[in-house]
Amino acid sequence: MFRKAKSPVWVCVPAVVCLIAGVKLASPQAGTSKTDFVRDVQPVLARSCFGCHGEKAQMGGLRLDARAAALKGGQTGKVIVPGNATSSLLYQRVAGTSDQARMPMGAKPLAAAEIAVIKTWIEQGAEWPEGVGAKASEAKKHWAFVPPVKAALPAVKNAAWAKNAIDRFVLAKLEAEGLQPSMEADRTTLLRRLSLDLTGLPPTPAEVDVFVKDKSRNAYEKQVERLLASPHYGERWGRHWLDAARYADSDGFEKDKPRNVWFYRDWVINALNRDLGYDKFITEQLAGDLLPNPAQDQLVATGFLRNSMINEEGGIDPEQFRMEAMFDRMDAIGRSVLGLTVQCSQCHNHKYDPFLQEDYYKIFAYLNNSHEANAAVYTPQEQQKRAELFRRMHEIEADLQHRTPDWRKRMSEWEARVKNDQPEWVVLRPEVDDISTGGQKYSLQPDGSFLAAGYAPTKHTVKMTAKTDLQNITAFRIELMNDPNLPLSGPGRSVLGTAALSEFMVEAAPVSDPKMITKVKFVKATADLNLPERELDPMYADKSKKRRVTGPVSYAIDGMDETAWSNDADPGRRNLPRKAVFVADRPIANAGGSILTILLRQNHGGWNSDDNQNHNLGRFRLSMTTATDAVADPVPAGVREILGVAEAQRTPAQTRTVFAYWRTTVPEWKQANAEIEALWQQYPAGSSQLVLSERGSMRSTHVLARGDFLKPGREIAPGVPAFLNPLPSGAPGNRLGLARWLTDRNAPTTARAMVNRVWQTYFGTGIVATSEDLGRQSEPPSHPELLDWLSVELMDRGWSMKSLHRMIVTSATYRQSSKVTPDLQEKDPFNRLLARGPRFRVEAEIVRDIALAASGLLNAKVGGPSVNPPAPEFLFLPPASYGPKQWPESKGAERYRRALYTFRYRSVPYPMLQTFDAPNGDFACVRRARSNTPLQALTTLNEPLFIETARALAKKTLAEGGKDDAQRIQYAFRRCLSRPPSAAERDELQTLLARARARYQSGGLKPEEMNGGEADARLAGWTAVARVLLNLDETITKE
Amino acid sequence: MKTNSIARRWFLKDCSIGLGAMAMQQLTAASANPLAPKKPHYEPRAKRVIFLFMAGAPSHLEMFDFKPQLAKFDGTLPPPDLLKGYRAAFINPNSKLMGPKFKFARYGQNGTELSELIPHTAKIVDEIAIVKSMATDAFNHAPGQLLMNTGTMQFGRPSMGAWVTYGLGSEANDLPAFVVFSSGKKGPSGGNSCWGSGFLPTVYQGVQFRGSGDPVLYLSNPSGVDTQLQRDSLDSIRRLNEMHKASVGDPEIDTRINSFEMAFKMQASAPELMDLSKEPKHVLDLYGAVPGKPSFANNCLLARRLIERGVRFVQLYHEAWDQHGSLVRDIKINCKDTDQASAALVLDLKQRGLLKDTLVVWGGEFGRTPMVQGGGDDGRDHHPNAFTMWMAGGGVKPGLVMGETDELGFNVTKDKVHVHDLHATIMHLLGFEHTKLTYRFQGRDYRLTDVHGELVNKLLA
Repeated sequence: MFRKAKSPVWVCVPAVVCLIAGVKLASPQAGTSKTDFVRDVQPVLARSCFGCHGEKAQMGGLRLDARAAALKGGQTGKVIVPGNATSSLLYQRVAGTSDQARMPMGAKPLAAAEIAVIKTWIEQGAEWPEGVGAKASEAKKHWAFVPPVKAALPAVKNAAWAKNAIDRFVLAKLEAEGLQPSMEADRTTLLRRLSLDLTGLPPTPAEVDVFVKDKSRNAYEKQVERLLASPHYGERWGRHWLDAARYADSDGFEKDKPRNVWFYRDWVINALNRDLGYDKFITEQLAGDLLPNPAQDQLVATGFLRNSMINEEGGIDPEQFRMEAMFDRMDAIGRSVLGLTVQCSQCHNHKYDPFLQEDYYKIFAYLNNSHEANAAVYTPQEQQKRAELFRRMHEIEADLQHRTPDWRKRMSEWEARVKNDQPEWVVLRPEVDDISTGGQKYSLQPDGSFLAAGYAPTKHTVKMTAKTDLQNITAFRIELMNDPNLPLSGPGRSVLGTAALSEFMVEAAPVSDPKMITKVKFVKATADLNLPERELDPMYADKSKKRRVTGPVSYAIDGMDETAWSNDADPGRRNLPRKAVFVADRPIANAGGSILTILLRQNHGGWNSDDNQNHNLGRFRLSMTTATDAVADPVPAGVREILGVAEAQRTPAQTRTVFAYWRTTVPEWKQANAEIEALWQQYPAGSSQLVLSERGSMRSTHVLARGDFLKPGREIAPGVPAFLNPLPSGAPGNRLGLARWLTDRNAPTTARAMVNRVWQTYFGTGIVATSEDLGRQSEPPSHPELLDWLSVELMDRGWSMKSLHRMIVTSATYRQSSKVTPDLQEKDPFNRLLARGPRFRVEAEIVRDIALAASGLLNAKVGGPSVNPPAPEFLFLPPASYGPKQWPESKGAERYRRALYTFRYRSVPYPMLQTFDAPNGDFACVRRARSNTPLQALTTLNEPLFIETARALAKKTLAEGGKDDAQRIQYAFRRCLSRPPSAAERDELQTLLARARARYQSGGLKPEEMNGGEADARLAGWTAVARVLLNLDETITKE
Repeated sequence: MKTNSIARRWFLKDCSIGLGAMAMQQLTAASANPLAPKKPHYEPRAKRVIFLFMAGAPSHLEMFDFKPQLAKFDGTLPPPDLLKGYRAAFINPNSKLMGPKFKFARYGQNGTELSELIPHTAKIVDEIAIVKSMATDAFNHAPGQLLMNTGTMQFGRPSMGAWVTYGLGSEANDLPAFVVFSSGKKGPSGGNSCWGSGFLPTVYQGVQFRGSGDPVLYLSNPSGVDTQLQRDSLDSIRRLNEMHKASVGDPEIDTRINSFEMAFKMQASAPELMDLSKEPKHVLDLYGAVPGKPSFANNCLLARRLIERGVRFVQLYHEAWDQHGSLVRDIKINCKDTDQASAALVLDLKQRGLLKDTLVVWGGEFGRTPMVQGGGDDGRDHHPNAFTMWMAGGGVKPGLVMGETDELGFNVTKDKVHVHDLHATIMHLLGFEHTKLTYRFQGRDYRLTDVHGELVNKLLA
């Protein structure tokens, strides 16, 4: 760490300091005197190596203090080859003869004499007497790498206190420390704690009353069940997972465009509410698309991996940022599922855990085979509608078939007619002019098509140039094609997968005289989709005040910038491949060949290129023909493909597809066709969701030198690290196999990592404090046997998360009072021993939700698109934000949704949430900071929505709070804190009320300002009181 | 004793994400709060930093690094071996060289060559150290800005300002320790992460100030609440919190009480800070600042006022330099917007005796290509291999011109200073051995310079 080594610096080497001191060495001369291990070698190893390769640490899996272990070697194999020093890694590394960092890492090299000792010793046979050194035969296996087993419950003195196994482990430790557990918290405090923990919302005063009055033995358990069954349970614990899933509603990086991923957010909430087993929860998120006949929900779940950021700033290399996203996914799986720091191994072998760089890329290989897809998704109502429409369409078609017994024969005759009616098209493979792309990358695909990626300019004209020997070119064709990586599979790049081609232009010049350019004049344009003229959607407004329209294909050759050919049919049919053909006024022919320059003008995007306003082509292919009278093939590409399959070999679905097109060509079925057309018009709009879909052919994965995607090394097949559980038998070599491995019963860290984080959420600190890392560098668990017991229990109970929660919240440990004595504070400041209940400020979202709930403004609706509660406008505009962002302030009840539903821009975090330590989704977060700052005070005191809650609470208090001020104070107090005020507290508030009210009455302060309209001094005084209540430490604290 | 234990708990709780060497050291010293002033490893040369971040990446070729040969080869292709392995954002290998667009002349005692675009910088050339040999790894804005601010192109690491406040704490008790302003056309491409706290406790993240209106979000009382009612309300909050503290015993409640008191103080001090109308006319004129009209110039003056009040790290973003086209027109505008105020800041700090221990850093995330972008012969693409930055004060050698690039300004040929080396040097000036200001996260000790960084001795006075 003291030199500019390529090696990481965090390798601290405490044992190297005394190296230079004049250590007297026996300097044996090779061949003459025998090196003695104990006298000569061991001291050198002890001084310089044991710090990292000894009892405490075994970097690279190597320990040099124990004979058997040292001779066995480390992760990379043997380090001592007796008799051959130059082949021994030990010698190579200390002598600096290998290309790897010289040892001791980060310290001065060994003295020449010391190196000579090691060399000689190895060459003389590396004799290490039996019984010398430590006994270990291999590097110690770290506890977290061994699957958990249940230990017997420890004996305790005060067995009556324990309500379940948790308490036995906790109490045993307390008793060992000479501590007593605290009393159970009073019922009000307990219910508020339980409600905040299980639902993230405070109990209503009525709920408190019910519980306080409930004399039944299982009164508490009833509350636990009520809250576990609440739909708000999924919201509260869903948010917990969403931190780990780095959920956000925008792309991140410079453009940070909004994205549609709330279906994923709702999937998480729903999955938790229906208590989907944690193993399935993980499996669906990693590989839902690979499950047999995946439901929409299971596809949506794969949004987990897609929560990576996307960089679309101008001029990026899309592959570079695809790889960045891959690294992010590895990190997310490491932190959230494995509970291990895998990211070190992106560049090199892990220094502490036996995680090799190769292991990293083995797992990487599982993930590296997906399209960055964006699928259409539908709400349950919409799904029902779709099913209904398809059913009715099939009915009509079945009826046509029924009424036309010879339909198969007629369809065959039609097929025979159209089968060979297309001219020959020659695919153009032009060069793209980089300057013309406006920063968008056009990448050539094997089939000659171009796929657009990266930055999407809203206006540009791409210029593509090709040379051809073809003579008498009569027409050009552009095919708009689908691609899984486009929005809704394209073929366009707009958020709907649509595109608008403003102008199709070609220039031709003879190869012999490139300057003699002729602009080709097109006289006819045909397409398989010609929509009526329509004004551009407002999202594409360009501030030009011109009337800009889309419509039929003739708009692409009319010389007008304001008109464009569009593929934006109805929602059910806008994402199909389309084609257009443009016929030149006379054939292009140049002896010696032609240079063709194709210009695709795409000017129908909006003004803001930092938003989702592009209307570009997504994937397309250009071809040319010499046929006369070429027209766009009216037969859809999908149908044309099926026509290539012999009729007898077609599936029923294929036959139906052909029929569905053919029937439109049958004149006498006009009415039925019109009926089906009308049904298409009712097709639901749906939404979109970023998902994964597996590629047909495997991408090859390589070990990347220093994690650099430009330096691929050896090719790697999917696999798992040897130090963890083996792959379950029959696990497929894809993401599903990875998920099976992660959720295998023998996976040592999966259950532990989750249990530990749940514990952390309840008690403030995990059983292992470093919840993102259970590896060798983690802090030792406070209650290792408890962690293992709960982990096994979780698996035994079918990975039921609700069972885990139930166990924890019904324990006596959880139910203790959080009051702390100075003694206990001194002895256990962080409450790691759990002699008291947890007490700490609630998470950012819950700070907001408590105020909303107390005020009565809370809109308890679950799920749906994210909302935009009030925020300072300037934050979303330059120069505060890179680009102008949309923040359409929510009105009415949508304003008062739970904070979990607040739209999350990664680059402009919602200020209230950021101030209270909510992560912004840039990377997986499994442990939030919990700060306590003046900016938080300013927020709860002055932020507009908090003021709205104070006003609403004041109003509610006056309306419902009772007949006098004392009652009203109690009412408002209980809405915020659940408990009633003490006399002193009531007096304090009454004094404040009197003072404030008097000033509003006297005109010293304006009540209409405080109330946001009403000139009511009484209300204004109460708003001041409500504001104080909402700002109390206790209000935003789980007691 | 009581305060100490409270503070210790506060500190531990908030820093509980693994205790780095620094935290342990502070613990044993039982320091008051995570932002309390702390001593660095050795006597610092600089006590505070003002970083003028020219986001979008200014053209070194138009401003600092005069290349007559580039003019000579204007319109020709660069030698192909120069471009081997070179990755550009937009342009292709067939882009031709483009000569510098502005005249250069010699200024100062050392006859430093500077462009006509920056006449005010020319006047302070003897006060600043110009590094013509900067190099970075990134050629896209967001990654480049993250690298310059956090030492890595990836999101999730603490920014330099966060590291510095983590290491030094703050002298300001009624203002944030790390303040950020933004002017120009846009916000920075890296967004909030440019001044984020990464895995450090969130108290160390930069607080974005606005040049007009409330400088800090939610600073003003809501309408209908005056200072008296605010005070009355805070007194009630304090008394109620104290009552509860007496009942439950949690010292965290004391911290909450302190936070509210500090917030109240900030409500008074921040508006006073922002009120430039009290500055004498000659000072306003020196910067070109106009009270009430947000600008880079105002932000420079505010930066001085902030550090006078004990703020540790001030960063001014001016995002306007991404001249792929209209280079001549736009760089003139940018220089007009920033040159005078940047120079004024250095002069003003000097005349107040603050320059000696205030480090001023000027620069962007990378440079611009010697090759032209676009058909108009008036733009340059992103260029990571070479660019120019300057520093002043805080122990930096005044009048120094350091480093050289090749005759096209393409590659560094002498005294290369990588971004990591710049970070190591800034940390050194602040009194830190850069390898030792670490924070433990995910089982390893992280630092601003990650596994890189070498102190640039030449830069030191």
